[in-house]
Amino acid sequence: MNKYAVALYDDEDVLKSGIGRLQSAGVQIYNVYTPYPVHGLEKLVGVRRSRLDIVAFCFGCLGVSCAFLMMWYMITYDWPMNIGGKPNFPIISFIPICFEMTVLFASYGMGLTFFLVNRNIPGSTPRIMDERATDDRFVVAVSLNEEKDPEALNTLLRDSGAVEIKQKEATY
Amino acid sequence: MHESIIRTPLVTGNPSLHDITEDISRPVEAKPTKAWWIGFILSFLGLCLWLYSAGYTMTVGIGAWGLNKTIGWAWDITTFVWWVGIGHAGTLISAILLLFRQNWRNSINRSAEAMTLFAVICAITYIFTHMGRPWLFYWALPLPNQYGSLWVNFNSPLVWDVFAISTYFSVSLLFWYIGLLPDIATIRDRAKGVAKKVYGFLSFGWTGSARSWVRFEAVSLILSGLATPLVLSVHTVVSMDFATSLLPGWHATLFPPYFVAGAIFSGFAMVQTLLLIARKAMKLENYITLYHIELMNIIIMVTGSIVGCAYLTELFIAWYSGVEYEQYLFLNRVSGPYWWAYWIMMTCNVISPQLMWFKKLRTSLAFTFFISIVVNIGMWFERFVIIVTSLHRDFIPSSWAMFHPTFYDVGVFIGSIGVFFTLFMLFIKFLPGVAMAEVKLLLKSSSVAAKKRLAAKEGKTYEFSPETGGVVIAATTTVRKGENHE
Repeated sequence: MNKYAVALYDDEDVLKSGIGRLQSAGVQIYNVYTPYPVHGLEKLVGVRRSRLDIVAFCFGCLGVSCAFLMMWYMITYDWPMNIGGKPNFPIISFIPICFEMTVLFASYGMGLTFFLVNRNIPGSTPRIMDERATDDRFVVAVSLNEEKDPEALNTLLRDSGAVEIKQKEATY
Repeated sequence: MHESIIRTPLVTGNPSLHDITEDISRPVEAKPTKAWWIGFILSFLGLCLWLYSAGYTMTVGIGAWGLNKTIGWAWDITTFVWWVGIGHAGTLISAILLLFRQNWRNSINRSAEAMTLFAVICAITYIFTHMGRPWLFYWALPLPNQYGSLWVNFNSPLVWDVFAISTYFSVSLLFWYIGLLPDIATIRDRAKGVAKKVYGFLSFGWTGSARSWVRFEAVSLILSGLATPLVLSVHTVVSMDFATSLLPGWHATLFPPYFVAGAIFSGFAMVQTLLLIARKAMKLENYITLYHIELMNIIIMVTGSIVGCAYLTELFIAWYSGVEYEQYLFLNRVSGPYWWAYWIMMTCNVISPQLMWFKKLRTSLAFTFFISIVVNIGMWFERFVIIVTSLHRDFIPSSWAMFHPTFYDVGVFIGSIGVFFTLFMLFIKFLPGVAMAEVKLLLKSSSVAAKKRLAAKEGKTYEFSPETGGVVIAATTTVRKGENHE
């Protein structure tokens, strides 16, 4: 069992200034949960830029190669198709399907990677700290496992603008 | 996020974050209303009609339809293209408007994307019904066959279409579902018992942590970047099914942009039809405001004008080309036995959207609803005109024919509308119809309350009238330059 102190804020600006205060007091923040994307929060809690765009690019390259190879194999190499004597390596005709497969591979490659790195797996237990984090509260969780002075931490959280402070025990 | 007070607010009333959750979750959590049941039963009857008509068509073959030796494509492809076109508005709203940072899309993108999915499903049902022998659909796929092995012909736009439509459906589904995750999580965290288990499973364990939101926004942006050229390519490929043939009336390089504009035009009309009903039935007036409706009407007007231009260009090019067959075809469209179809198309698609130039009309709900239906009818006739009038007078006059739909033509068409509305009714009952997280994002910058706060800061008063969407900003105190007025 892990123990967390969970502080609930009711405004994104209070949350951001509160996090600043906690950090200057030397509090290690475990994670922050918000009902919608709060811009600027990622810099405060040290979340790096997502590299999913690179994933999408790589899968897109895979998609276009697969499409091109498939069509080349099928109508140029395996059975050179003669349609009215036209060339059987019609690169221009390959363009639409190459494009579609690029988009398909890039989207699904990126989408599935997104699910995986976010641990968004159907049926998995949601690792939530407080149920209102998906409603109207901005939630800061601080690990209490190695905390020597929980009382002082509570005061700090309250002073930072939290409207409610809870303790949470979780297996995650 | 800072936004100028002179920008029209996108969230009216004065909802808190929690009110937004309540307002949007209510239709999902409460017992369905009488209006929902009536809508659902009517749609379900339509679905039953589809099952019967499509079942009969698949059993006896497409001889059940009014096709003849001259007209081999009629209501099936007309309605297929109509449905694919309707789907395009959803992707335009969710992807293209995201790239252009149009925040007003936030409250309509969910239902519009759902509409895309259901419209594409209806289009796909037509692919199967029009095959005659749908169990052989795999002939269109690049699979080896017994002739050692002869593959599909990749020069054919019909094969491109298989890839385009299936990619379009798959990518739209992914885009829609990723957007749904945070909102399903909201429903999960409010639900109890079995519902909590079901929504818990569907939410994929979404938490809303800072890191997951960063990834979420990155994925949304890149998916938009991918879906934008995709949606343009899909209708381009659909138009190439016609344009790469040698038939006068179809063989036109104008087709791709003309089809794409028409698709967005008809799709927005369908979004208007659905949203005007949903907004009233689900009490979403604070999130889908008059301003949203007005903006969509402007898009209908612009795309309608592009479509009108395309019609006139077609006529001009037919004359200017000097090709006798092309000239005759267009003369026949305008004044031949199908003149009524052509003029219904012209009236509904060219004249009616021009009425949106009047602010009074484009901000009237009743008029908007009326025009949205008119445009949908007009766009159906556009495809009918393109397909049937190009085919019915063949090169040999002895092959000239007229198309008379049978019960099964009409049944599959009305039935597909039933399929569409059944899916849509189930969607608004079981999933949040408005993207809660994205509307909450607007609350601090684009709501009436935020504008009022900003106005007060600048020493002004801010009045907003929800009926007219009008805004009055007046100075109450004189603020000198450089003075601190916090």
